[in-house]
Amino acid sequence: MLTGTYAPFIVSAYALTALAVTALIVWVVTDYRKQQTMLRDLEARGATRRSSRTEKHSETIA
Amino acid sequence: MALIDLANPTRFLALTARVLPWLIGITALLMLFGLQQSYMAPDDYQQGATVKIMFVHVPNAWLSMFVWIVMTAAALGTLVWRHPLADVAAKAAAPLGAAFTFVALVTGSLWGRPTWGTYWEWDARMTSVLILFLMYLGLIALWRAVEDPSRAARAAAILTLVGAINIPIIKFSVDWWNTLHQPASLIRSGGAAIHSTILIPLLIMALAFSLLFLTLHLAAMRNEILRRRVRTLQMMQASGRA
Repeated sequence: MLTGTYAPFIVSAYALTALAVTALIVWVVTDYRKQQTMLRDLEARGATRRSSRTEKHSETIA
Repeated sequence: MALIDLANPTRFLALTARVLPWLIGITALLMLFGLQQSYMAPDDYQQGATVKIMFVHVPNAWLSMFVWIVMTAAALGTLVWRHPLADVAAKAAAPLGAAFTFVALVTGSLWGRPTWGTYWEWDARMTSVLILFLMYLGLIALWRAVEDPSRAARAAAILTLVGAINIPIIKFSVDWWNTLHQPASLIRSGGAAIHSTILIPLLIMALAFSLLFLTLHLAAMRNEILRRRVRTLQMMQASGRA
């Protein structure tokens, strides 16, 4: 158990680090979900990249 | 798979989708082990229990410089080889570097108060790390301000290369100027000046934070590739070519 004069400094340092790491993880996960949703919406509306069309075309030929 | 295959964003997405779950698991386990080792580490004979702050401060301080070195390599990839993933790598790394630098600054400040009697001193090490933090914020602002990704990539790459001069300044500031920071105590001639009971938890935490950076960087790069695909599709749809 951390006690004594220095405990508030040590606990604050670890709490801030945990907060920053959590914020980074939340940012990466929410950004991924946002981009996936936007991509799915665009594809549902018929938008496709040229490279995707080429891939599908070459699959048809094969 | 040849290394050059990673230049293809689609192959990069497929490869990272397989690698990321393993990386997440290994990083989490190593971080928990590092925290346990840090908790069990003995107090320093001079600094007492405050030495425990070192286990989070030093890995973040190392990463604050390492991330800029990664971005410098990516900037060369953008300007010299025009590698399709180079700018993606640099842009994805910048917020991570900013966060690690922020944590290094604040935990250093919290370590400084009981050790030196002050939260902040305008000495060479602290000032140069603060400048590094501001440079990260400047780069993030630049990427957000310029709408065309290829123009933003070139401008950011030049700024990153110019900013790289700050890295040796940070590293050697403790040798060149009088500062509150102690000289290098790990990477120095004559070996590490830290006792193994403190050195081992420090190295485990440094490895855990490095893996954390690798995991978050790969995940953020995937997001950036998807963002660019969304942008391309939106532009094609707007021009009626989709």
